[in-house]
Amino acid sequence: MGILSILVFLPFVLAVIVLLTPNSKAHLYKWICAIGTGLHLVLTAVMTYMYYQSYAVDRLAAKTSLHTKLYLVEQWSWFKAYDIEYFIGVDGMSVAMMILTSIIIFTGVLASWNLEHRTKEFLAFLLVLVTGVFGVFVSFDLFLFFVFYEVAVLPMYLLIGVWGTGKKEYSAMKLTLMLMAGSALLLAGILAIYTEGGSFNLLELGHHKFPMEMQNWVYPFLFLGFGVLGALFPFHTWSPDGHASAPTAVSMLHAGVLMKLGGYGILRVAMYLFPEGAIQWGMTFLVLATINVVYGSFAAVKQKDLKYFTAYSSVSHCGFIIFGLATLNFVAIKGAVIQMFSHGIMTGLFFSLIGMVYGRTKTRDIPSMGGLMKVMPWLGVSFYIGGLASLGLPSLSGFVAESHIFVGGFMGNPWTSKLTMQALTALATMSIVVTAVYVLRGLAQVFQGEITNPKFELLTDATVTEKLVTGILIFTLFFVGIFPSLMIDLIEGSIWPFVNRF
Amino acid sequence: MLSIIQEPGLTYWLLLSTVLFSIGLYGFFTRTNAIGILISVELMLNAAAISFVSFNNFAVTGDLDGQIMTMFIIAVAAAEVVIGMAIFIQIFSKQRHLNVTKMNELSR
Amino acid sequence: MNTYGFFLTNIWLILLIPLLSFIIVGLFIGPKNKKLAGIFATTSIFVCAALAYGATFEYLSLFPLGAEHPVIVPWSVQWMPYLENLTATLGIMVDPLSLLLMMIITTVSSMVHLYSIGYMHGDPGYSRFFTVLNLFTLSMLGLVVAPNILQMFVFWELVGASSFFLIGFYYTKASAVAASKKAFIVTRFADLGFLLGILILSYEAYHLFSLEAFAHLSSYNAFDFNFLNHPEVINALSTADGALLTFALVLLFIGAAGKSAMFPLHIWLPDAMEGPTPVSALIHAATMVVAGVYLVGRLFPLFGSSEVALNVVTYVGAFTCVFAAVIACTQNDIKRVLAFSTLSQLGYMMLSLGVASPLHKLGYLASNFHLMTHAFFKALLFLGAGSIIHAVHSNDIWQMGGLRKKLPVTHITFLMATIAIAGIPPFSGFYSKDEILAAALVNNPIVFIIGLFVAALTAFYMFRIYFLSFCGEAKSDGAKQAKESSISMLIPLIFLSVLSVVSGWFPFEKFFLSEALVHNTPSWLPIVASGSGLLGVLLAYLFYFKKTTYANSVKNGFGPLHTVIQNKFYIDAVYLFVVHKIIFRFIAAPIAWIDRHIVDATMDKTAYVTKESGLVLKKIQTGNIHTYTMMFLLGGLVLFLLLLGVGF
Repeated sequence: MGILSILVFLPFVLAVIVLLTPNSKAHLYKWICAIGTGLHLVLTAVMTYMYYQSYAVDRLAAKTSLHTKLYLVEQWSWFKAYDIEYFIGVDGMSVAMMILTSIIIFTGVLASWNLEHRTKEFLAFLLVLVTGVFGVFVSFDLFLFFVFYEVAVLPMYLLIGVWGTGKKEYSAMKLTLMLMAGSALLLAGILAIYTEGGSFNLLELGHHKFPMEMQNWVYPFLFLGFGVLGALFPFHTWSPDGHASAPTAVSMLHAGVLMKLGGYGILRVAMYLFPEGAIQWGMTFLVLATINVVYGSFAAVKQKDLKYFTAYSSVSHCGFIIFGLATLNFVAIKGAVIQMFSHGIMTGLFFSLIGMVYGRTKTRDIPSMGGLMKVMPWLGVSFYIGGLASLGLPSLSGFVAESHIFVGGFMGNPWTSKLTMQALTALATMSIVVTAVYVLRGLAQVFQGEITNPKFELLTDATVTEKLVTGILIFTLFFVGIFPSLMIDLIEGSIWPFVNRF
Repeated sequence: MLSIIQEPGLTYWLLLSTVLFSIGLYGFFTRTNAIGILISVELMLNAAAISFVSFNNFAVTGDLDGQIMTMFIIAVAAAEVVIGMAIFIQIFSKQRHLNVTKMNELSR
Repeated sequence: MNTYGFFLTNIWLILLIPLLSFIIVGLFIGPKNKKLAGIFATTSIFVCAALAYGATFEYLSLFPLGAEHPVIVPWSVQWMPYLENLTATLGIMVDPLSLLLMMIITTVSSMVHLYSIGYMHGDPGYSRFFTVLNLFTLSMLGLVVAPNILQMFVFWELVGASSFFLIGFYYTKASAVAASKKAFIVTRFADLGFLLGILILSYEAYHLFSLEAFAHLSSYNAFDFNFLNHPEVINALSTADGALLTFALVLLFIGAAGKSAMFPLHIWLPDAMEGPTPVSALIHAATMVVAGVYLVGRLFPLFGSSEVALNVVTYVGAFTCVFAAVIACTQNDIKRVLAFSTLSQLGYMMLSLGVASPLHKLGYLASNFHLMTHAFFKALLFLGAGSIIHAVHSNDIWQMGGLRKKLPVTHITFLMATIAIAGIPPFSGFYSKDEILAAALVNNPIVFIIGLFVAALTAFYMFRIYFLSFCGEAKSDGAKQAKESSISMLIPLIFLSVLSVVSGWFPFEKFFLSEALVHNTPSWLPIVASGSGLLGVLLAYLFYFKKTTYANSVKNGFGPLHTVIQNKFYIDAVYLFVVHKIIFRFIAAPIAWIDRHIVDATMDKTAYVTKESGLVLKKIQTGNIHTYTMMFLLGGLVLFLLLLGVGF
């Protein structure tokens, strides 16, 4: 039983423990989860260390390799008849994503400290969901990948539908149905791959050369299937409603981690197996991603609800991820992976803060709030740091990611016209101004100026748990922003194979 | 003419069978009483039995598969009628009628 | 290999100390002990100043005045590797230009810190003020010592962020909030240009590494200034695609124009006066706004290769110069006059850079010289204005008067600064302005005339303030009861006033160049220059010294034109209109609407169609036996026919 399996199934075990805890000891649920996820965070650090130990040998070879090299592998036969195995392992990218998820679930559990209604079921579902997410990030057997993918998506329906606010049933239904539609496309693609390639094992399939006609239709299937989860225009509309209705921890997990599954899947499955298809379809998706970035940021300007505001901001930033991937350029893909991490933390910060503010003011309506900085300085400053990360201020992780994507986008790739690529990159770059506009306007309206509602005078600032949550997330943002070479070093080796295959 | 009366031939037997079957089918579709439908089903079953025996007699020689089949049909029909009647009796004791057009919901 | 002394080897301390101070004051000392916070923050900047002067001293002992002054990079670490040869390093570059700016920044910042101890006394955000002021100093220092353009961009953005927090310091005031937002967004827009310029430039430069001819430069990175300013690189870039290079340079200049508030990106600077006065002194007089001038100066060899780019710089600078000066003559808020004065002087610095070229370096020198003198006397003017405002409790110059007797130290220092800015010898402003005019005369006579005209205007509006505030009778109660400021506020004033005088005598040329410039300036130039200044003073005297009847009649004579100018030509209204009515109403709102009602509605409609078709199909399930049997029959028939068809 290797460390990866422990990491994947630990949340599941925690969920079972929580379910078995008697109702009389309800206050224990939170503590079990907090300690458990904290333990998980520590184990993830251990895993990272173990990864570095094994990776150090291959560092130089990684630059020219054509196939992903995995570490900490565990491989067992599962359904022999169909060649399905329990095959998990990590490379640099996966490690980064695992760290992200670990941090977000820990802070998410802490952010749900004050949940009263049916806490047991909520935490259980949350942990099962996160098991699925961890599973996706380490699976290298396509069937296993899909199973974990579904496990990661399905509990969302219940989590939003039962514990959400506002139009929760509608949002939950819409979210689940759209994501299922994406999964359907995915399943079709995966089965096609199996039929053609004869195996579910991703590494083996990497050696197989898929015929061009097949790549031409399977690649978009996969891309769109993953893209729905990654908020690709025009299939992003589940996102605003979904995030707005979801409870805090669920939003953090969803926007922070789940939406990254989309980008991760595109890179890991679609681009790895179908490099020629990626080249063929590159421009289409690049244009869609650019629309995502620009459109999302403009739509965010006019939002009056704090959660919708953040949701559209997420649409715009997730657009960056897809943009980076679609350029098929090493620097930009690196940037996309960093953006996955950076945006995950940033949006986790945002949603947790919104939850804290909403919990106090009982409203998400931006125009009705004002002057909150005076009563909630810690929350206000944290919000501003999140906002500055969002608009890509250097020394925060957002800049590292976005600058990579811009530089890479400008460099282009050998198969597309330089001018088109640079024009699209320039368009995407313009979003830094629009982002500044909506972030500053929104935050100024909420936190600055005079206090508009006399009831707000009585509000309190962050509690210890809340300070811990925001502190961890802000620290991570600064850490990646000030020491980007650590993150870059972590993921660089794993991205070379992708680029070398083109 | 006498040849026809004396030796009807396969075609005519099949014609009989078809007519019977059609009558049964028509009855099935138009009768509103459950027992009427059951009777129509019996008619159809018997029509099928007749055609089995005809084929056995005229087209297939040597073995008696068709007639064995008819035995089966009679047995099965009897069993089916028993069960059907049992169900109808229960339904009747609840609803006091056996009008199938009124029995279109699983629960009231 | 030269061995560096203590200051140069440990030059990274100049970045580390403000950083540590920022963290310590912000997180630990600030919330607990306000007084200590102020003292701690101020001390750390004084230490940085010592480091800067020490480094300069060491540099000059290595490379004496009059000798070659190369660029050295005593410290750098790899920060963000994009690719081989495309890596951003974090480092400190030492050459005359960066040393000069390090000295200016640390000096002015330490004076402002010292001043703020008295000025901000009693303010609830006292600790917050010093924390962000330290952050700002750190960012500014990081900007000027950057050895590559990406590090400069990083700290450029940080400067913008810290100035956002400083301008919006009084965050409960709606006007301050609006001003800080405006500053950030306008500069962000300019930064977009900057970023695009960087991308284009580095992309072009990066491709040079694949050429054989550049193999000997492979230890550089495409972002390094040493690489970009390398003559071979400039040559290659301008011959390969001169138009693209010009485009990139103009984009970079847009970035510079935003930070340095050139027209039409100047709108944020007057509003930025909402911040506390020490902030205006530091940011909007001496440091942040010169970042743009510094950028153009840093990339001067590259700019020099493109005529078009230089012309853009010149004319934008010249226009801003005269535009701002004209408006400054009509403003009634003392800080606004000073703000527009800053704009005007920045215009001088820009046009001076524009009229220069790598062959005629006078303009380049003059620009940096003026940068230095301006930093000192403008900071002094702002701090002095702060002192006046503190005493009189009003910003309006018409509420002041007769402060000569009541605020003696403020009066003398303010007067010295005013004389300096008017360009009257032997004060520093004269020397630097004279050099600028000399450079302009040689290369672009039109610009020279503009410069001369503005020199007169500058003297006029500055002495207008002086005469109205310090002379005559007190015009309000505040003025009548004005008291001199505390000693912690006066020391910086005195120190800066000394600098305003002596900085003109600094051996500037020798500091920058190895061989002396050939001066072709005609001997009548200094006389004409100071003459125009004196003319301005005279006009101000006539208009404002005793009675203001002349002034009033002239103002009425100009009538509506005066109103237009006083309202800064309504540019702000235009911007608001474009942003709110056009961008928000015609781009953002429709997009939000489309997303909700068209894209989202498509999904909703899909679900609706599914539901409706479900309802229709439901009708098949009638519950009626007859219907079901009919289905059987029909289905059976269809299958039978299909089989028939397939069979044959």
